[in-house]
Amino acid sequence: MRASMQKLMRRLHGALFKLPLMIDCDEFEGFILAYLDGDLPARQRFVFETHLKVCRECRDYLAAYRASLELARASYRDASHRPPEEMPEDVVKAIVAARSEPGL
Amino acid sequence: MLAVARRLVGDEALAQDCVQSAFANIFRGLEGFEGRSRLRTWMHRIVVNQALMALRQQKRRQEVSIDDLLPVFDEYQCRLQERWTINETPESLMQQAQTKDVVASKIAALPENYRIVLLLRDIEDMSTSDAAQTLGINESNVKVRLHRARSALKTLLEPLLLGDLP
Repeated sequence: MRASMQKLMRRLHGALFKLPLMIDCDEFEGFILAYLDGDLPARQRFVFETHLKVCRECRDYLAAYRASLELARASYRDASHRPPEEMPEDVVKAIVAARSEPGL
Repeated sequence: MLAVARRLVGDEALAQDCVQSAFANIFRGLEGFEGRSRLRTWMHRIVVNQALMALRQQKRRQEVSIDDLLPVFDEYQCRLQERWTINETPESLMQQAQTKDVVASKIAALPENYRIVLLLRDIEDMSTSDAAQTLGINESNVKVRLHRARSALKTLLEPLLLGDLP
């Protein structure tokens, strides 16, 4: 009974996603990267966000996608393991000096 | 530079070899360095290239199939996704000692083509254009691989985020 209700709900969702200005979850998937990079044009962003409002599965998916990305970044964002933003001055001087040496 | 190599190859000895080779290449290439890019950017690219070469020469790692980790859709193109309840946030997980090792091992399990793009874009903060140039592929390809790599990593890290890992 529960399985048939779930199937009916999925079927209704599938029909809903065929309405104008709606996309299905498969199409939504193709927009995620551009959405997170802020590269979606206004109309596509509207369509994307409308899908998010009506689709629990895609909301949950995007939340998990974002959390795992944040975790991956955070686990490599250890100050002791990050290179300095600028090359240390002594290294720059050594390289500039080496460039001017004859024979290099 | 050692930190960059370490992040990419995930092995201390190999990372040190990469840096040594990178420095040799840097000094060999000094004549050709025209100052068009910042010195740091130029050196970063050399060590990244060296690390990529080392990765390609390594024996094949224990990799998972990317297809098994990508999202699944039903016959109505509806996503099949477990309900997402936040048990652990990235911040709370970072307080646990083993988190970094678990994350590193999951990234290491990704197939090489995807792992490298993820490392360059999301960990090394390279632009899509720079990553494409470094790997000799087009930008669309970088974007496709990046999204698949992130999707696969999401599947691999989900148990950790749901608090299901010991």
